[in-house]
Amino acid sequence: MSRPQSIPGTHLFDGAAAMKGYALNKMCYSFNSAANREAFKQDEDGYCERYGLNAQQREAVRHRNVLELIAAGGNVYYLAKLAGIFGLDVQDLGAQQTGLSKDEFKAKLVAAGR
Amino acid sequence: MAKIVGAITTSHVPAIGKAIARNLQDDPYWKPFFDGFSQVHRWLERVRPDVAVILYNDHGLNFFLDKMPTFAVGAAPEYRNADEGWGIPTIPPVPGDQKLSWHLIERLVGEEFDITTCQEMLVDHAMTIPMALLWPGTGAWPVRTVPVCINTVQHPLPSALRCYKLGQAVGRAIEAYEEDLRVVVIGTGGLSHQLDGERAGFINKTFDLEFMEKLPVDPLWAARRSNHELVELTGTQGIELVMWLAARGALGGEAVTVHSNYHIPISNTAAGLMVMERRAA
Repeated sequence: MSRPQSIPGTHLFDGAAAMKGYALNKMCYSFNSAANREAFKQDEDGYCERYGLNAQQREAVRHRNVLELIAAGGNVYYLAKLAGIFGLDVQDLGAQQTGLSKDEFKAKLVAAGR
Repeated sequence: MAKIVGAITTSHVPAIGKAIARNLQDDPYWKPFFDGFSQVHRWLERVRPDVAVILYNDHGLNFFLDKMPTFAVGAAPEYRNADEGWGIPTIPPVPGDQKLSWHLIERLVGEEFDITTCQEMLVDHAMTIPMALLWPGTGAWPVRTVPVCINTVQHPLPSALRCYKLGQAVGRAIEAYEEDLRVVVIGTGGLSHQLDGERAGFINKTFDLEFMEKLPVDPLWAARRSNHELVELTGTQGIELVMWLAARGALGGEAVTVHSNYHIPISNTAAGLMVMERRAA
């Protein structure tokens, strides 16, 4: 089956990503529970190991790097729960992914409304 | 017989929940957004719905990737909200309407929509924020609800046309319900936004405004597009506009816009709001 051309700067979370990122996303899904968020904070290595993250996923978590997390199969809805542990909101994530400061990223959003 | 009083479509950005909790409705950042709802409150007082059928997408509260239904219909006595991991306050449980749920389920499956049924179902911000926006205050909800969840997490997503047709089938099912209920159909999500990737922060005002203009009169203008095209035009999360198409589908025939509002930005999102009714014959 022919696939449409990719959209620049856009990563569709499809079956391939869902398989690749399963362990990482499952760990992030567990962060719906405050007790699990606390357990992660107490022992990040042990927590990642318990969910069976591969080396790429573990490094991406260590770097708190969204594009690396997506490349490792992460889905942004689950990643947002991980980001919440570090006190990061979706505008922090947007700024990091676009190489802008948070203020610059916010200004870009405001400009989109003009 | 049951009657559809109209459709409401609105964004469901989590930051709205934080703003409500902090009473920021009159803050300059938030005012243009919240002001859009006062006319909707008056409309709701006039049409007095008994039940809201709410088309929304779960973001990893009730459903994980272990089991990901394309379409899921709630059939629970009540729907609870829970911790989503990043700290918006939860809202009181929302009452269900199990009898109407099972009527919808029977009709939808009868029309070849092979849905998943849920007698227990946590509902996330995509349902609770619209509830809090439409019926602010006490949490003593004046409506019962039937949630209908559409997968926008994991591709392949159902096509926009399929979601529109699901909405049409929901509309037919409501109209065939024997009780004298007044039903509002709500679609939540969008409009254009993208949270992930190097294109994060993408917003498409031109497309959104045309979409809102076409939705009542020519829903196929958007519904006939592929998901790939819709993501390109509206962002990876902008695809949530399929909820708007589904809600529009429930109205059938021709519709008119009773009220609309559009404001950029709320968090990373172009926030849209519409109330539509059937065009009087």
